[in-house]
Amino acid sequence: MPGISPLSFALLLEQLLNGLQLGVMLFLMAAGLTLIFGVMGVINLAHGALYMIGAFACAAVAAATGSYWLGLAAALTAAAAAGALIEATILRRLYGRDHLEQVLATFALILIISEGTRWIFGGFPLFLDVPPLLQGAAPLPGGGAYPIYRLAIIGVGAAAALGLHLLISRTRLGMRIRAGESDREMIGALGVEIGRLYTLVFALGAALAGLAGGMIGALQSVQVGMGEPMLILAFVVIVIGGIGSIWGALVGAVLVGVVDTMGRFLLPKAFALAYPPSEASAMGAAVASLLIYLLMAVILALRPQGLFGAPSR
Amino acid sequence: MTSGFMLRSALGLLLAATAPAAIQAAPLKIGMITTLSGAGAGLGVDARDAFALALKQANNPEATLIVEDDAQKPELAVQIADKMIQSDGVDVLTGIIWSNLAMAVVPNAVDQEIFYLSVNAGPSALAGANCHENYFNVAYQNDNFHEAMGQYAAETYKNTLIMAPNYPAGLDALTGFKRYYTGELAGEIHTQVGQSDYAAEIAQIRASGADSVFFFLPGGMGIAFLKQYAQSGVEIPLIGPGFSFSQDVLPAVGDAALGVRNSASWSPDLENEASRAFVEAFKAEYGRLPSIYAAQAWDTANLLLSAQAKADVKDPEAFRAALKEADFASVRGKFGFNHNNHPIQDIYVREVAKLEDGTLTNRIVAKAFEDRGDAYAEACKLP
Amino acid sequence: MKSLISASPREAAANLAILALLILGPWAALSAGHPFYVTLATKAAILALAATGLHLALGLGGLVSFGHAAFFGLGGYAAGILATHAGSGEALIFGWAGSREILLMICAAMGLALLAALPIGAISLRTSGVYFLMITLAFAQMIYYFALSWPAYGGDDGLSFRRGIFPGLNSARPLPFFWICLGALLIGLAIFQILRASRFGTALEATRQNPQRVEALGIEPFGLRLTAFALSAMMVGAAGALFANLNRFASPSMLSWQMSGELIMLILLGGRGRLLGPTAGALLFVAMEHVLGGWTERWQFFLGLAVLGVAVFARGGFLGLIAGGRRDG
Repeated sequence: MPGISPLSFALLLEQLLNGLQLGVMLFLMAAGLTLIFGVMGVINLAHGALYMIGAFACAAVAAATGSYWLGLAAALTAAAAAGALIEATILRRLYGRDHLEQVLATFALILIISEGTRWIFGGFPLFLDVPPLLQGAAPLPGGGAYPIYRLAIIGVGAAAALGLHLLISRTRLGMRIRAGESDREMIGALGVEIGRLYTLVFALGAALAGLAGGMIGALQSVQVGMGEPMLILAFVVIVIGGIGSIWGALVGAVLVGVVDTMGRFLLPKAFALAYPPSEASAMGAAVASLLIYLLMAVILALRPQGLFGAPSR
Repeated sequence: MTSGFMLRSALGLLLAATAPAAIQAAPLKIGMITTLSGAGAGLGVDARDAFALALKQANNPEATLIVEDDAQKPELAVQIADKMIQSDGVDVLTGIIWSNLAMAVVPNAVDQEIFYLSVNAGPSALAGANCHENYFNVAYQNDNFHEAMGQYAAETYKNTLIMAPNYPAGLDALTGFKRYYTGELAGEIHTQVGQSDYAAEIAQIRASGADSVFFFLPGGMGIAFLKQYAQSGVEIPLIGPGFSFSQDVLPAVGDAALGVRNSASWSPDLENEASRAFVEAFKAEYGRLPSIYAAQAWDTANLLLSAQAKADVKDPEAFRAALKEADFASVRGKFGFNHNNHPIQDIYVREVAKLEDGTLTNRIVAKAFEDRGDAYAEACKLP
Repeated sequence: MKSLISASPREAAANLAILALLILGPWAALSAGHPFYVTLATKAAILALAATGLHLALGLGGLVSFGHAAFFGLGGYAAGILATHAGSGEALIFGWAGSREILLMICAAMGLALLAALPIGAISLRTSGVYFLMITLAFAQMIYYFALSWPAYGGDDGLSFRRGIFPGLNSARPLPFFWICLGALLIGLAIFQILRASRFGTALEATRQNPQRVEALGIEPFGLRLTAFALSAMMVGAAGALFANLNRFASPSMLSWQMSGELIMLILLGGRGRLLGPTAGALLFVAMEHVLGGWTERWQFFLGLAVLGVAVFARGGFLGLIAGGRRDG
């Protein structure tokens, strides 16, 4: 029957993996945003532009050298460098100022980076392919198959989450980051070079966005404007998880990823029980596009500070 | 060497054909509103380049062109149209790529007794009861390519799954396909506009048991879907309208597009004199193959020049009649206007293939429709 | 009191210059044979009204909403839907087939904006600061996606309609329509000024500067803020209705997050906390868009540079540069 495909175990598993993979991408974006906010109190609208820089650097270097891996390294480097540059030349002047001015400055950065990228690379999307090592699909239990590259993305995301956890809980840099989050003046009194710490944190957040951009570039169209939809989803993630909390970003990202994917998959089927298939599909898609925002509204109505956010702020 | 010679002779031919026009034509001021910045800039750049090249080759000092960027924003397009009409005094507007921008600009422009010639986009709302004597579509009616794919699928497949974004052009695409498709539907999926990840949809395709997948995902959406589909291990053949396989997106899709059947009114390998000359001239000037948008813009420019040679635009009756004759060498071979001022043309089935130098392009494999008009013409009251 | 009259002499002079430019400019342009400048000035006046509306929440209340495009777009759709039904004769509600009266469209737009602002505000105002910013953004996105995928009124194609009518004026012509929009802007500015000088405005500014103290005085900040948010949404909605009438078109792009960003940009560009700050910002923005856009297709790059310069170096915006000093209001 049109519109209804069997709800097999393999299909469910595949959709669950899809949700997880989207969640992992969102985590890489949200972690950087939330880290930067936690340490410096800056809201960075240009985070999506850094993601785009990662994708363009990856595509350009991969095209020039023929190696995806060099491209990915370039994505990390370019995004981190852009992040450090933005921090050192512009955002540094805005610490301690109103959020409004940070919003304006980073909004302007979106315009500058987007149009600048188009200036350099032209209006056509760039090509970036999955590396030969990760081509194709792997069999799933229950008879399905799943792209190896997406499995790799899930792996990289999990590794990044673990690495970030270790970095923050086990290293000197992490200690300073934690100190910076709890008390900005104290860390200065301790003699930590705040300027360098801030640049480093910003570059780290940017590198995570660049990594996400470089990886997603092989699956999507590498084009100007690709970052902003991700940015808005990442906002939803950190609002749900609690701003400033890495753990909250992880939980929020997986929640949003799974809910969004499952909504797009299951809602049309649910509507199909009551409506003809074509209408059901359209209605299901319409509701699915609102689902994560509804989720956010419900969570905020119950817990205004998000799932893992500190109550005061 | 050979190609260089051919190019020169082709140019010579074109110049000879349009030379008399340069002497007697009355002034014609053309305003082009198109997308030169933002995500969809590639399409507008191709349209502008082809249009400008056609005017340059005609070497007609009485035809002047001003171009402005609409950034794919309907509000900005309306504002530019107002400016071109009120301040620049254009006689003709053209260039809009997207249906939603056309819907914003065209009704108001033609109400102000300006001619509008569409280089792309043919929303159904302007083809039927709301057709207008000053609105000429030189591209296609939006449903045409989808209908052609429906016709092709009806001949080739039995159980097709269809997919498009959940917005008017997407729903029109599915309607157009179903108008000619006679087999079973394995499913119907509506995606989000601007969606960039299709994993959930691909999983459903895998589980659907379909023997083919028809999809309409313009711009970056199609690029993302094709790349992800190629990695998914799903082997069900894809078919779709030519937009996702046009020369502007093929380089970004890469080999994932190879072999896909798609529909369009033109292809770079179409066998006729005008098309060959156009492809050579475009390649020589810009160093890339032209897309379908370039081809349509080229035809639009030449149609305008042909009308200008026959009538003064200040005499709308005569100019309208001259446009309607469509007396120009179309790169599509046969080209004429229906009574609703939309094209009657052939629609082809093409296949994505690779040239010797590695460039991806399209090759015609079949003709889906001969002399196709559109489904809405009947409702149009024009004579 | 920070008012038009008691502002510093230089600011008062700048204010007069801005108003004179807005009132005399289009008239002069028309006499000089450049009717298009009337359309540009109309756009500036409408954007100024929208930015003044946002300024109520953002300037007086300190509520940094990144989602006011929602109300702008809803206002546009209210106008478009009324006009479409009036055009087709199809009943809209209780057998009533809409209307082409611009005044009625504005009322409907304000009503719709109010209906949306109350629940959005009630949830969003439970939070503050950056949370508030992101939540309002997310709500606006929700409405954006709804408009995009709801086919009845055009979805992504938007809604094309004929410009509404106005008693005693031929609104189809550029200059009369400009007078309508200018009148709306002047009313909006007057409302802003009256509210700011009222007890409500004083209390609202106090909740921004020192919420604890206001609570100690027995005033509930939540109610004040929700009122400010709703009033602000209504004014933005009215601007949206005029904007749709200007373009004879309403579309989801009026609801996009870029639109929300632009509205904030207008306020800061002109000068936050000043009565005519948003108006100056709107004039500046429209002028830059026009001049830069005619000069290069990379105009957004240079616009970005200019805005960045304002954010980093000119904290008081354009009026701050002229009048000197910085306003927190």
